[in-house]
Amino acid sequence: MSNILVYALHYDGAINKNSLGAISEGARLAKQLGGEAHAILVGENIPQELAAGLGEYGATKVLTADGPDGLGQPVVDAMASAIQNGDYKYALFGGGLLGFEVGAGLAARLGAGVAMEITTVRAEGGELIAERPILGDSSISEIKYRSDVGIIIGRLNAFEITKDGAGAATVEAITYEPSKQSAQAQIVTRGEQRGADVDIEGANVLVAGGRGLGKAEGFDLCNDLAGAFGGNSAVAATRAVVDAGWYPYAGQIGQTGKTVAPKLYLAAGISGAIQHKVGMQASENIVAINKDANAPIFEFSDLGIVGDLNKILPKLTEAIKAKKGS
Amino acid sequence: MKICVLVKEVPDAAVQKRIDPSTGRMDRGGEKNLNPYDTHAIEAAMQIKEGGAPVDEIVAVTMGPSSAVRALHKAVSLGADRSVHLSDDALAGSDVAATGYALAQTLKRENPDLVLLGQQSDDGECYTIGAVVAEHLSMPSLTQVIKLDLAGEELTCERQAEYGYDTVKIQTPAVISVGDAINEPRYPSLKAIMGAKKKPLDTVATGDVEIDASKVGGDNSGAQWTSAKAPPSKAAGLIIEDEDTDETVGKIVAWLDERKLL
Ligand SMILES: Cc1cc2nc3c(=O)[nH]c(=O)nc-3n(C[C@H](O)[C@H](O)[C@H](O)COP(=O)(O)OP(=O)(O)OC[C@H]3O[C@@H](n4cnc5c(N)ncnc54)[C@H](O)[C@@H]3O)c2cc1C
Ligand SMILES: Nc1ncnc2c1ncn2[C@@H]1O[C@H](COP(=O)(O)O)[C@@H](O)[C@H]1O
Repeated sequence: MSNILVYALHYDGAINKNSLGAISEGARLAKQLGGEAHAILVGENIPQELAAGLGEYGATKVLTADGPDGLGQPVVDAMASAIQNGDYKYALFGGGLLGFEVGAGLAARLGAGVAMEITTVRAEGGELIAERPILGDSSISEIKYRSDVGIIIGRLNAFEITKDGAGAATVEAITYEPSKQSAQAQIVTRGEQRGADVDIEGANVLVAGGRGLGKAEGFDLCNDLAGAFGGNSAVAATRAVVDAGWYPYAGQIGQTGKTVAPKLYLAAGISGAIQHKVGMQASENIVAINKDANAPIFEFSDLGIVGDLNKILPKLTEAIKAKKGS
Repeated sequence: MKICVLVKEVPDAAVQKRIDPSTGRMDRGGEKNLNPYDTHAIEAAMQIKEGGAPVDEIVAVTMGPSSAVRALHKAVSLGADRSVHLSDDALAGSDVAATGYALAQTLKRENPDLVLLGQQSDDGECYTIGAVVAEHLSMPSLTQVIKLDLAGEELTCERQAEYGYDTVKIQTPAVISVGDAINEPRYPSLKAIMGAKKKPLDTVATGDVEIDASKVGGDNSGAQWTSAKAPPSKAAGLIIEDEDTDETVGKIVAWLDERKLL
């Protein structure tokens, strides 16, 4: 058999969107391999309906295991046990942080091959072949697995969510032996929202600021510009500046932040790292201002301005106000 | 206590990285440097030591070709007391899982209380070596840590995960990969740079650290990287070099206006 085990991350009673994409993708691939896709949920008091509901996305069976929420290694314990007692050829993860940690840990535990940041998977001759863009997405590598189990960690938003399942899945509670290392970690708080609650998901125009703003006050320039656009506009940020405390976490775009697709996304002082790109590349129009002509963001901008944001943003704000007033 | 810091030599960011089409592997020619993300891990170790924890030793550890000693020299100039270089032709082409296993074997001989590493290597960008190393050492691990406090044998770590910031308590020994927001790495002093080559450097091969040669190297890696191809080409965007800002701004406004974005 060629079954695929998919990790489903959940938080606050809901399954992570990337996990739903991974389950949909797993179901599609399992069909081609002549097997089934099963999902696994690890946490405290997992509601039966939450687990069974994954059937809609194509999981035929859902395994549930008791464990602390938000830590990777207990999931490694549970998945390793499920794979050893089951019949799985691949383990699949959606993009995100925990999936990376769990997938890599599981590879080490099982002596399995692993590849991450996968954007496409196809079945060929009963095997799965994964594609990973490398070197700032300038090239794509193909990965084949030689190990008994192959571990595939997707890139954020790489797998489409489809509801091709046949209804509720069978739910099976499993038990496992927690490892010594799992017992050495304890989550104290999870999902703390730092800073004010800003809404960037509903905006048509997003002015996004990065480390190039220089200091927290640099966001004034972004706020002014968003104000000039008026209407449904908002200010967003990269992780670098959120971690630095310059902007609220709720306004962060990317792998561990929000995914957005506004009509206009305008980046000021943002390099365009992959983890940021995955959260905004679906925007309709991308404009970037960066003083470094080699910044990766210019590779995926529709309009790129090589220059100093401190000079450009204030004048751009005035010009837009003038244009709108006319 | 002993802290080991994993460091890697990577192509300099200023140099174009490329893939050798015949092997599908990274072409590692050209200028190289210490992976910038690893300087945050060294700095974190220094701050633990300077914060008063009983740190006897900070040891920089790398796996790589002979040229990788330069990354170790740099690590030592930033504060490590000595270094260990795992170098063996048998390791060439190892994937993440094999690299993590080989590093773990090297670390076992050091028996560290804490292993620190960077959030990502500038070339491999796997973000995951830490999780692999931890598993082989049966130690707890966490990635992307941006605040690290040590009290006795307990670490309090903060990191951003997919739903916001998490705080996690961990009992050492542990493997922690630090995010680049954790600190501002210091610059090495001229004296430290000059003295770096005199600090002890231990070069080891697979046999010295009991690495099972059938588990490492390109041919033994579970994930086989086959070929590299070009991504689908996308129409290049318009680029404007800002010389006269009024003119530049005029062009931006016209561009936005054309697309009815104002
Ligand atoms: C597991 C993981 C998850 C991550 N999740 C996220 C995420 O969710 N979101 C995210 O954004 N990042 C995320 N990151 C971090 C990401 O890799 C980058 O480090 C981050 O996006 C960089 O932010 P930045 O562009 O603001 O800063 P930098 O990369 O430092 O770029 C600053 C840019 O500003 C330019 N600049 C400087 N001064 C000026 C000026 N005066 N005028 C014009 N331009 C100027 C510079 O040329 C530079 O290109 C994650 C990383 C990892 C490993
Ligand atoms: N060959 C290596 N030798 C020592 N440390 C490494 C090596 N490769 C990766 N690392 C460490 O692992 C971190 C993450 O790398 P990666 O998983 O490749 O993104 C780096 O910042 C280094 O600290």
